[in-house]
Amino acid sequence: MPPDTFFSGAPHWTWFIIPYFFVGGLSGGAYFLAALLEWFGHAEDRPVVRTGYDVAAIGIIVSGALLTIDLGKPLRFWHMLFQSANFPTIMFKGWSPISFGAWAILVCGLFAVLSALGARAEEGRLQSAALRAVGGAVRGGVAKLVTGVGGLLGLFVAGYTGVLLSVTNRPIWADSPWLGALFLVSGVSTGAAALIVFAPGRGATTRSLEWLSSFDTRALVAELLVLVLFIVSLGAVNRVWLSFWGLLLVVGVLALGILWPLRLHAKRAPVGQAARLVLLGGFLLRVATMLASEGIDRYRVAGGM
Amino acid sequence: MAQAMGFFTDTTVCIGCKACEVACKEWNQLPAENGGVRELSGDSYDNTRKLDGIHWRHVRFIEQFKGPYDGRWLMMSDVCKHCVQAGCLEVCPTGAIIRTQFDTVVIQSDVCNGCRACIAACPFGVIDINPVSGTAQKCTLCYDRLQVGLEPACSKACPTDSIQFGAISELRTRAEKRVAQLKSQGVDAELYGASPTGPLGGLNSFYLLVDKPEVYGLPRHPELPTQNLRKSAGLSVASAAVLGVLALVGLRKRRMDEHAAAGGPGGTSHAS
Repeated sequence: MPPDTFFSGAPHWTWFIIPYFFVGGLSGGAYFLAALLEWFGHAEDRPVVRTGYDVAAIGIIVSGALLTIDLGKPLRFWHMLFQSANFPTIMFKGWSPISFGAWAILVCGLFAVLSALGARAEEGRLQSAALRAVGGAVRGGVAKLVTGVGGLLGLFVAGYTGVLLSVTNRPIWADSPWLGALFLVSGVSTGAAALIVFAPGRGATTRSLEWLSSFDTRALVAELLVLVLFIVSLGAVNRVWLSFWGLLLVVGVLALGILWPLRLHAKRAPVGQAARLVLLGGFLLRVATMLASEGIDRYRVAGGM
Repeated sequence: MAQAMGFFTDTTVCIGCKACEVACKEWNQLPAENGGVRELSGDSYDNTRKLDGIHWRHVRFIEQFKGPYDGRWLMMSDVCKHCVQAGCLEVCPTGAIIRTQFDTVVIQSDVCNGCRACIAACPFGVIDINPVSGTAQKCTLCYDRLQVGLEPACSKACPTDSIQFGAISELRTRAEKRVAQLKSQGVDAELYGASPTGPLGGLNSFYLLVDKPEVYGLPRHPELPTQNLRKSAGLSVASAAVLGVLALVGLRKRRMDEHAAAGGPGGTSHAS
């Protein structure tokens, strides 16, 4: 007989939620790394920091939009934040990752936008006087405070999606406690990759990119370890991977998204090549884990025997 | 709170007439599938196949046949279990899912925003989106009828009393007597979800089965989705801490390398 999770129904979280999980993870990871460099980096890391804030702000806004579009009733998105019958009483359930996550996206998005405005004010790229005033206020100690809190929230946004999936009764997702950790590590790894891809356009130095690349190597090793633990913890459920999604996990995620970038890092190939593969692997990780489970709907015993 | 109310479904007397399905659809004004054009399942006499947003009752046909003259039919009218500890209610981020004064679980359609967290949380695969409303829907145990002292439409329509409605305590007593009666006749019967100390604190819609729960499409040990929260969140926090340490160690190494290249701690640095 199958595990108990096979009797549940599929929630149809597919082509809006998969990009949302990917972009949300990447944005949160980029924000976390940018905040770390804001606090502990060099002056020469500023282009990477500014890129990180932009990636976080744009990414989290896109994430919120994807999450809203996916709702059956998009205009009721605010029901996750306020009690619809008792507005403006807050709607919040600390034990429900989707409730926690809705608030985290909102608050992290606000912090990321503030950080991005501060960075743009620093570069003198804000035209509007109002935005210049807001951006100008986010500097020095205020900037450190905003990015410190925002960076930690970014880390939460990068990882809560995996925990959200674990707090269900669905095959694969609820069958392993490692999915949250896997999504978090992958989010930070793809965040570093996104910075490697985009930061050169903002004037990032070779030394900053080398640090990002070196961090991404370590993050990929951590991701490989967590992926192995995730697969081992699935036990008998692993038979679901005897499908196209298993092939995608092995070829797309493991080989192309983790092992090949590690090889490129070891060979000291241009950092952008490995980063693009890491981004592809991060996206395919979410495709494989989401759709492998989505394909299993309400187990029926054939012929009742 | 009023008395806990619910269903006891005795599958041994279900004849598969689907009157309960029809009564449910009619009372709750649930739309037809495919605009009323029925698609045959092709491998069963049951064409409803599953509970979803427009089928809140489903008479499951389990056709156990080894040969033309060697087999049996099992039939079970399935519905939301109105769990005492309900996973759907736990995870719902909008507060749309409530517990009523009858200890039943109801989705308020005007509050639900269709996020579908409840669908993934339900261990029984009961909830789904109603394509007309765009919200998650399931059996309400006829909350509107209960409020005016009427019994739910399905149990009212059931011609064999396979679906019995009443106070849970009374239904449990009745169910235990029925199991004892069947066992005395040599039938291997068991109750599913009747015990308040069992999974999910007991089910307010429980069943008498004559085969393994899995045969009826029921999980043997249904669990709350939040049982995974602590471990999953803990491992995520631990991995976040590891990544943070890796990043800080990398930054420190870079700084030390620069100091070394500049001729020791007294050399030039790039501190921001």
